[in-house]
Amino acid sequence: MCGIAGIHNFRGTKTESLEAVSRMLSAIFHRGPDGFGAFYDREVCLGHARLSIIDLSGGAQPMSNEDGSVWITFNGEIFNFEELRAGLEARGHRFRTRSDTEVIVHLYEDYGAGCLKHLNGQFAFAVWDSVKKELFIARDRLGIRPLFYAERSGSFYFASEAKALFATGALERRLDPAALDEIFTFWHTVAPRTSFEGVHELPAGHYLVLKAGTLSRHKYWELEFPEEFSNISFEDAMDELKALLVDSTRLQLRADVPVGAYLSGGLDSSVTTALIKNYTGSKLQTFSVAFEDENYDESPFQKEMAKALGTEHNEIRCTYGDICDSFQKVVWHAEKPILRTAPSPLFLLAGLVRQTGFKVVLTGEGADEVLGGYDIFKEAKIREFWARMPESNLRPLLLKKLYPYLPAFQGQSRFYREAFFNNGLNDASDAFFSHRPRWEMTSKNKMFFSEGLKSAIAASSPESMMKLTLPAAFKSWPVVARAQYIETRGLLSGYILSSQGDRMAMGNSIEGRFPFLDHRVVEFAATLPLHYKIRGINEKYILKKCMAPHLPERIVKRTKQPYLAPDSKSFFKDGQAADYVEELLSERKIAEYGYFNPKPVSLLLNKCRKGTAIGFKDNMALVGILSTQVLHRQFVEKFDCSGELPEGVLKIVNDNRSVLLCVKK
Amino acid sequence: MREEVREFIFKNFLFDDSGDSLDDNDSFLEKGIIDSTGMLELVAFLEEKFGVRIEDEELVPENLDSVARLVDFITRKKVPS
Repeated sequence: MCGIAGIHNFRGTKTESLEAVSRMLSAIFHRGPDGFGAFYDREVCLGHARLSIIDLSGGAQPMSNEDGSVWITFNGEIFNFEELRAGLEARGHRFRTRSDTEVIVHLYEDYGAGCLKHLNGQFAFAVWDSVKKELFIARDRLGIRPLFYAERSGSFYFASEAKALFATGALERRLDPAALDEIFTFWHTVAPRTSFEGVHELPAGHYLVLKAGTLSRHKYWELEFPEEFSNISFEDAMDELKALLVDSTRLQLRADVPVGAYLSGGLDSSVTTALIKNYTGSKLQTFSVAFEDENYDESPFQKEMAKALGTEHNEIRCTYGDICDSFQKVVWHAEKPILRTAPSPLFLLAGLVRQTGFKVVLTGEGADEVLGGYDIFKEAKIREFWARMPESNLRPLLLKKLYPYLPAFQGQSRFYREAFFNNGLNDASDAFFSHRPRWEMTSKNKMFFSEGLKSAIAASSPESMMKLTLPAAFKSWPVVARAQYIETRGLLSGYILSSQGDRMAMGNSIEGRFPFLDHRVVEFAATLPLHYKIRGINEKYILKKCMAPHLPERIVKRTKQPYLAPDSKSFFKDGQAADYVEELLSERKIAEYGYFNPKPVSLLLNKCRKGTAIGFKDNMALVGILSTQVLHRQFVEKFDCSGELPEGVLKIVNDNRSVLLCVKK
Repeated sequence: MREEVREFIFKNFLFDDSGDSLDDNDSFLEKGIIDSTGMLELVAFLEEKFGVRIEDEELVPENLDSVARLVDFITRKKVPS
């Protein structure tokens, strides 16, 4: 795994161009501390920061084809590279390395953009074809690896993270008001929008072509549910799902360095860990977060699973103070306001993995989206069932079965619970029926927005932006399939795999891999009848059934726990917030940055100081406002990305000599 | 009592201390002021502040869904039956 960066049509000398790219790499040094390379020709400069995992000695980048006419800078993994290589060699391609990178170069030569459908992996890469004068940039199907870009004054910039774009000094640094509107609705921006004005994210499953000064964006993959679900029997579906998971796990273990696994104590990471142990014979180390606050702690289940599978288990214990202390770094890496602190413990966990000497971990991410694990799917199912007979007294009683892990939810009276889920109940054909209660609850915190921010977003609507991204067939899918689509295309890539995934792991130079997100698993699961995935309100039913023989019964039968971390409580001790929190939430700083209203924020702060902010809404407000303030301070007010790349290490690859450039700080 | 209730609602749910954006008869539910956990915060406040004990079956909008109803409800509770 790595960091990539590049500039097309840079206005300046060769030295200036290389210096700009080395500043970009310096900003994302954490993504690839093992080696740095750059390719330069008159039109383009490509940079690469490497975390070496496959072909440790030969895999340096940027890399070219046989005659040096096609160059690539690549972040990620192509898991089926050995199979692809065999085919390419049979067609006469000659390989210089054993790396997966080189496979993409040759596939691109043969198929152009059509190369993407052959790739099984997680990737973001740029290919420069010096004959066609074409820059081709692509991102994996589900948005596991990031890719940002911007255009300014005729030049085009791209990189793995937005901070690298800003490191060029060519772009203004401003938060996008519409991004705040979207994040305070969905928890994420709708790609290509990012937190920053003028900075775009390549959406998952898309590629860009830059040719003759024209940039075009194309979709090459979509999550599609069939018009009619497959008539496969449940037993056959179980066998096939398991075979696919075994194969995706086998492929994802390919690496020339040891691979570890996260263990949350829940079903999904237990499944990936069990698959590794049972089907690959790999010796395995597992990693977990335990919490000081026992309301969030799952360590007894983690230990049980580690013991059952005989892994060597490592644990990091996360305190309130740890979350508070790491939060500014977490926002620096996430490059987005976040409404929960949940990324922080994962950032610390990646630090533990790194200290233990690992670079790669497999996790259970994606199972909930792909196989119907989240309560929001069950919620949608129950609300739809209720909507068919709104006067029913019995149907809404099912709602009490949701969110069994939330004491505040369980403690409320029936009337109030039903009032909440009744939101939007009259229109089950509404595209966003499943998400209406959640989004309306999140949106309530826009009451903290300043008048300036409110007027800046008055003309746009987050929902209409999201509607534009939906495929034509979306309307015809059942409610639960629509909800799965929204979770997978929205929250999964916009938050789970980025703010909570790639950025937290790469912040500590760790690569995550996700067997449930092998596109073959995702595509197969989408064809299955919905009741195979959620039987009644028993979530991930088919997964539990097919993996039960390999897991302790207590793990399979356990009520699903969402991954949560303590929110506002982390920032306060004895009624006092940490210094940076007090400062950034002070009426002066709130007014100065201008996104929120100072007075309401100070009342919220008071409530948190007293420890009475117990609800989701208040906690999201505090964390959302604080992270926006941190983001503004780090990216707008003062921006300092220097200091990571050691001086004199960048190697220019295309003229076959090592040029040591000094990075200008 | 009315003032104490209003102050609590304004400071804890509306995050506004101007005191003019809510009528005593406005429904908390319709205005989206109190969510599920807000209900628990409100009950905790009433119990602490006014020394009453609120039973589960009393958690209904008739008792709790506006400033006026809350004041009525607490007044009734405080009169020993």
